[in-house]
Amino acid sequence: MSWFGKLIPSKIRTETRRKKSIPEGLWTKCETCGAVLYRAEVERNLDVCPKCATHMRIGARKRLDSFLDPEPREEIAADLIAVDELKFRDSRKYRDRLAAAKKETGEKDALIVMKGQVKGVPVVVCAFEFSFMGGSMGAVVGEKFVRAVNTCLEHQIPLVCFSASGGARMQEALFSLMQMAKTSAALARMSRQSIPYVSVLTDPTMGGVSASFAMLGDINIAEPGALIGFAGPRVIEQTVRQTLPEGFQRSEFLLEHGAIDMIVDRREMRDRIASVLAIMTGRHAP
Amino acid sequence: MNLNFLEFERPIAELEAKIEELRYVGNDNEINISNEIARLEARSKVLTKTIFSSLTAWQTAQLARHPQRPYTLDYVSRIFTGFEELHGDRTCADDLSIVGGVARLEGKPVMIVGQQKGRDTKERAKRNFGMPRPEGYRKALRLMRMAERFKLPLLTFIDTPGAYPGIDAEERNQSEAIASNLFVMSELRIPIICTVIGEGGSGGALAIGVGDHVQMLQYSTYSVISPEGCASILWKSAEKAPEAAEALGITSAKLKELGLVDHVIEEPLGGSHRDPDTMAERLKTVLVSELDRLSQMDIDKLLEARYARLMRHGHFASARK
Repeated sequence: MSWFGKLIPSKIRTETRRKKSIPEGLWTKCETCGAVLYRAEVERNLDVCPKCATHMRIGARKRLDSFLDPEPREEIAADLIAVDELKFRDSRKYRDRLAAAKKETGEKDALIVMKGQVKGVPVVVCAFEFSFMGGSMGAVVGEKFVRAVNTCLEHQIPLVCFSASGGARMQEALFSLMQMAKTSAALARMSRQSIPYVSVLTDPTMGGVSASFAMLGDINIAEPGALIGFAGPRVIEQTVRQTLPEGFQRSEFLLEHGAIDMIVDRREMRDRIASVLAIMTGRHAP
Repeated sequence: MNLNFLEFERPIAELEAKIEELRYVGNDNEINISNEIARLEARSKVLTKTIFSSLTAWQTAQLARHPQRPYTLDYVSRIFTGFEELHGDRTCADDLSIVGGVARLEGKPVMIVGQQKGRDTKERAKRNFGMPRPEGYRKALRLMRMAERFKLPLLTFIDTPGAYPGIDAEERNQSEAIASNLFVMSELRIPIICTVIGEGGSGGALAIGVGDHVQMLQYSTYSVISPEGCASILWKSAEKAPEAAEALGITSAKLKELGLVDHVIEEPLGGSHRDPDTMAERLKTVLVSELDRLSQMDIDKLLEARYARLMRHGHFASARK
């Protein structure tokens, strides 16, 4: 931090998180430890800082690519796009926000679903694209999740979901709230058929996503240091008018309070989940 | 009667004050002014009709939060008999922002679960302003499961600004408490009727809001986020709440039009708080007839319909077209 930056009281200092993603650069900097890192090395390391093991946010495609076996892969419900039913407009039109998000991410919405295998174990995997409107859940995310569940039901194979979301998408108003009920109902059906569901909560998993399918895993896994909760820390701070304890709503806090089963390093995720799923589906060790 | 008039009701309040004044004069005066009073009262009624016929979404939100609006227990005492309140989640605490228990509706056994706000300062604190903690949702869940076991239809009453955003609530996993209710309610093998009676605040409302018949009182609201919250995020200013309320479409009329609620029950002129007895009577009539209809359905068909209803929510398109 510069000498000027240090002068600014921490309360009014603005986090400049977004600025780090200069994709063309050869070098990158770890937000946590400040180490200057060779980008190719960081990418080989699945966007985990080689120096301090901070888990940086990772895009949906990259996540799926690193998690699934190269073959076979089949994307599910890739064609779905949002409809602006309410003609929602705040300081910007919802349609414009959607168009901008599409351009920025190259995705149609905030959830990608793929059927494939992890170390030979057949699975359906969902991954959130946080860069698409903060990974917010609207009708498309809800519908894609349900289609993922339906694919699991059809083939009797497990479901894995990597969450990264700010919560419900306000621009779809009550429709987005209803996605919580829709996705949870689909999971209830799958649960009755004893098909395993592993929910992986990554940074951040909040609000309507946290309070529906992300917390309903047979096994809930978090990545280290992820922010996970129902209400955002700022809202809580304003309500209770006290400073939040150190590490509040982080993965380690959730593990301590019994909300999740384990914290798994991203670099071990594939091995650990494959192993657990093989046990739950009565297969040989992968 | 002090009706605690809202800002937009000011013209009515002024007229009502004039009527009160005349009544006071009339008592110790020989002049017969009853004609004048009757005339003013008629005018007040017309004025109220006019104002209430074109309420904005934001004005409706204020009515939904009106400090004199009837709460769950006000309806329970007017509609049901034999209500026995059941307490506690059996693990952690008894959250008083959610009330529940067994009762009879026209003689038929039912289970009731509803959010409860407080009328005065002390009770408001006791009821945590109607904002449940995880133990509240877990108490609700316990009662719902019990209802299923004893084949008691479930009637829920929604009236909350939202689930409580507090440190202890997060420690005890608010997210899981809400998610589990959604999960379980989608498959409960009993008829479920959900009524939004005041504020339907986000996930905290939905957590007792999954059912076969979802209805709203005319001036209640139902929203993914409070207008203030939405305004401060999207408009960067809480003062834009009226615009946010409009954009979010939180009113019963709008949500009925969008197919998100099945039925809207008309409120007495000026809102439920003006005439709680009439409101309770209207609500009771609908509850009785709906319950009758749902109880006659085959339970598997009812569950299929409930599932189909949830799957219908939300619009999307295919990019291939």
